[in-house]
Amino acid sequence: MIPEIGHFSLILALLVALALGIFPIIGAARGNAVWMGLARPLARTQFLLIAVAFVCLAYAFATMDYSVTYVATNSNSKLPIQFRIAAVWGGHEGSLLLWAMILSVWTVAVSLFSKHLPDDMRARILGVMGLISVGFLLFMLMVSNPFERLIPAALDGRDLNPLLQDPGMIFHPPMLYMGYVGFSVAFAFAIAALLGGQLDAAWARWSRPWTTMAWVFLTLGIMAGSNWAYYELGWGGWWFWDAVENASFMPWLVGTALIHSLAVTEKRGSFKAWTVLLAICAFSLSLLGTFLVRSGVLTSVHAFATDPRRGLFILVFLVVVIGGSLALFAWRAPTVGRGGKFDVVSRESFLLANNVLLAVAAFSVLLGTLYPLFLDALGLGKISVGPPYFDTVFAPLMTPALFLMGIGPIARWKKSSLPEIAMRLRWAFGVSVATAMILPVLLGHWTPMIGLGLFLAFWIFASSAHLVYQRLRGSDQPIITRVKAIPRAWWGMVIAHLGIAVFTLGVTIVKGFESEIAVRMLPGEVAHLAGYDFTFKGVEEIQGPNYTASRGQLLVTKNGVERTILSSEKRLYTVQNMPMTEAGISPALIHDLYASLGEPLEDGAWSVRIYYKPMVEWIWAGCAMMALGGLLALSDRRYRMRKRLAKEGALKANEALA
Amino acid sequence: MKRFLLPLVIFLVMVGFLFIGLNLDPREVPSPLVGKPAPMFSLPRLDDPKQVFSPKDMLGKVWLFNVWASWCGACRDEHPILVELSKSGLVPVYGMDYKDTREEAQQWLQQGGNPYVATVMDVDGRVGIDYGVYGVPETYVIDKTGVIAYKQIGPVTYEALREKILPLVKKLQTQ
Repeated sequence: MIPEIGHFSLILALLVALALGIFPIIGAARGNAVWMGLARPLARTQFLLIAVAFVCLAYAFATMDYSVTYVATNSNSKLPIQFRIAAVWGGHEGSLLLWAMILSVWTVAVSLFSKHLPDDMRARILGVMGLISVGFLLFMLMVSNPFERLIPAALDGRDLNPLLQDPGMIFHPPMLYMGYVGFSVAFAFAIAALLGGQLDAAWARWSRPWTTMAWVFLTLGIMAGSNWAYYELGWGGWWFWDAVENASFMPWLVGTALIHSLAVTEKRGSFKAWTVLLAICAFSLSLLGTFLVRSGVLTSVHAFATDPRRGLFILVFLVVVIGGSLALFAWRAPTVGRGGKFDVVSRESFLLANNVLLAVAAFSVLLGTLYPLFLDALGLGKISVGPPYFDTVFAPLMTPALFLMGIGPIARWKKSSLPEIAMRLRWAFGVSVATAMILPVLLGHWTPMIGLGLFLAFWIFASSAHLVYQRLRGSDQPIITRVKAIPRAWWGMVIAHLGIAVFTLGVTIVKGFESEIAVRMLPGEVAHLAGYDFTFKGVEEIQGPNYTASRGQLLVTKNGVERTILSSEKRLYTVQNMPMTEAGISPALIHDLYASLGEPLEDGAWSVRIYYKPMVEWIWAGCAMMALGGLLALSDRRYRMRKRLAKEGALKANEALA
Repeated sequence: MKRFLLPLVIFLVMVGFLFIGLNLDPREVPSPLVGKPAPMFSLPRLDDPKQVFSPKDMLGKVWLFNVWASWCGACRDEHPILVELSKSGLVPVYGMDYKDTREEAQQWLQQGGNPYVATVMDVDGRVGIDYGVYGVPETYVIDKTGVIAYKQIGPVTYEALREKILPLVKKLQTQ
């Protein structure tokens, strides 16, 4: 009964979404206030209906209802409750439901926080989001129904993929989808602006906080995914250029470009057409990512079951949404004015250069991801493009981008002068070059890549320090007052940029100085790595809720002083008969020690792999700082002010009416 | 106007490719080699570069030839299955370590177990070209006369083993 309620609720949601996609947009075109006014109640109703469906599916998982196909394929009676709930988005159908659910959350959020928008603009935005929702709900109901019954019911479920049985599974997908789907708001703003012909600074100001919010979620989502891969896959890597990782990274790159481009459009009125195009691209890449993951055109660790009808549906949907919006762009964008003029040397130029670099980076990732598919379609054979391609393409693109990051915030709008910038940044440049030359030698060895990485990281540190120093000096007020006087958005930028520096530093150090050993160890034997001694304490058998495991422990000592114990497990998930390695990690600011248990060898010996990962945690710390920077920018006074002003405005309007 | 159409045009070209891609199965490659003699080679062994291995040594036996690499993610999926298969003794598995370094390959085998009777090193991928290796892992079933009977693209799964490879091996062994 409950699954049928969920199913019915989805059907109702589709009808509501259809109404949301039709009436407000037509109303906006005809100036019909009643039709436009439908947008908000419809958005809220849609959210309630999808939420009911979502709760129904979660209930089916919680109560182990194996008469529902999706539950039977992705759950098991021995699966712990937190994973049973997370299993709701552990497969194809459920992750679509999560997608639709999150889209409706964003739609409701827009309906709640858009009081300051003109009625027609709001109606169009919610209408466009309704149309996207129609696509996803239709897709679910036609070819991916999570509530489909299994008759006769299964006695027990086939279990959730053991790879997904991890706390990371609980946070990573919802975060990532919040980011992915969040770009639909920027997209809807762009389409609404193109439809209404109101492509101005106000449009940029309105869509900025939404874009930043989505970007923050996406950053956190990618960070969680990378961290999860690091400890779950058991071989110490943190990014694999897997097709699905790329699918989340492309919208991030374009979204980052979009944030910066929106800033220029808001402040200077320039780049309007470019900003709109980026907004369309960011969300289009999110949709494309969905297509790549769900359709099975690319093989990937993340890919779910292949069904050609599903692929075709998504492709048609892509053509309608992306093709339609790009056609609209081609039709409307030429009428958009050029905006403020600027010199070759100006902050606008630097931002534009960075924008282009980010867009090209995203495009090259897209190319690398789709290249095997292109060759295959042309009958030229099957190949796989691996990390070598991406590493080769990425470094030359990111080097100038990071270098410009140090200059952009220093440069003036409209017209700046290179000699002046050079004068001001000469110390920062000197410090970073010196660090890049000396630090690697102190740490052990110097290579061009280590030197370049450190130079870029310290270049951003030093130029940001200069920027802050310059902004704070020359006043008698106490430092706290001066810090508070600067808008939070500005601090957000500084912190996000420092996050990039921290990230770069982490990547450089871990790539340049990590080390690992693979050894055969008998209980009591000692291995040595990076100045630490690892004593193998042997292996004990343990029984988990739905797996059996051999847990090996390593006592870590340095100069005879006990430091920590690493315990790594070799698990066998009994339902799917699938082995998994749980790495034993001791994370720290300076370095991680990482052990993973290999295979049992003869005479009670085990193969053990030990990694020394210096500053690897800085990679995720950098991502967290970027997200923090975004949040700080969102808490900027001007957004709160506007809310207050809107409230006052509403009060005044009420008084006037009364 | 024209330049504003450019994004749309690029997108439509991409859609064309995606549409064709939908009808292709990335895991299924018709190999021109099936039914033909396995290309000959003589390569140094991973464990002892002084010894060489050649498919000639295997004439009269049915065997599996598995192309792998330590840098290959999907190989990690199939590795435990191969280890189990080698323990069962149903069919000998020989490996070719593709575009890899000796050190890393040996570490990999130490960690994951060694299912191979012998592994050869194809450092520059020359032999891989002869075999039409598109992506790692790939597995060939080679019969007693040295002819390739089947090619598995992508990781060997329990399903593929149960439904295709093992029945085929049994049939070939009785020939």
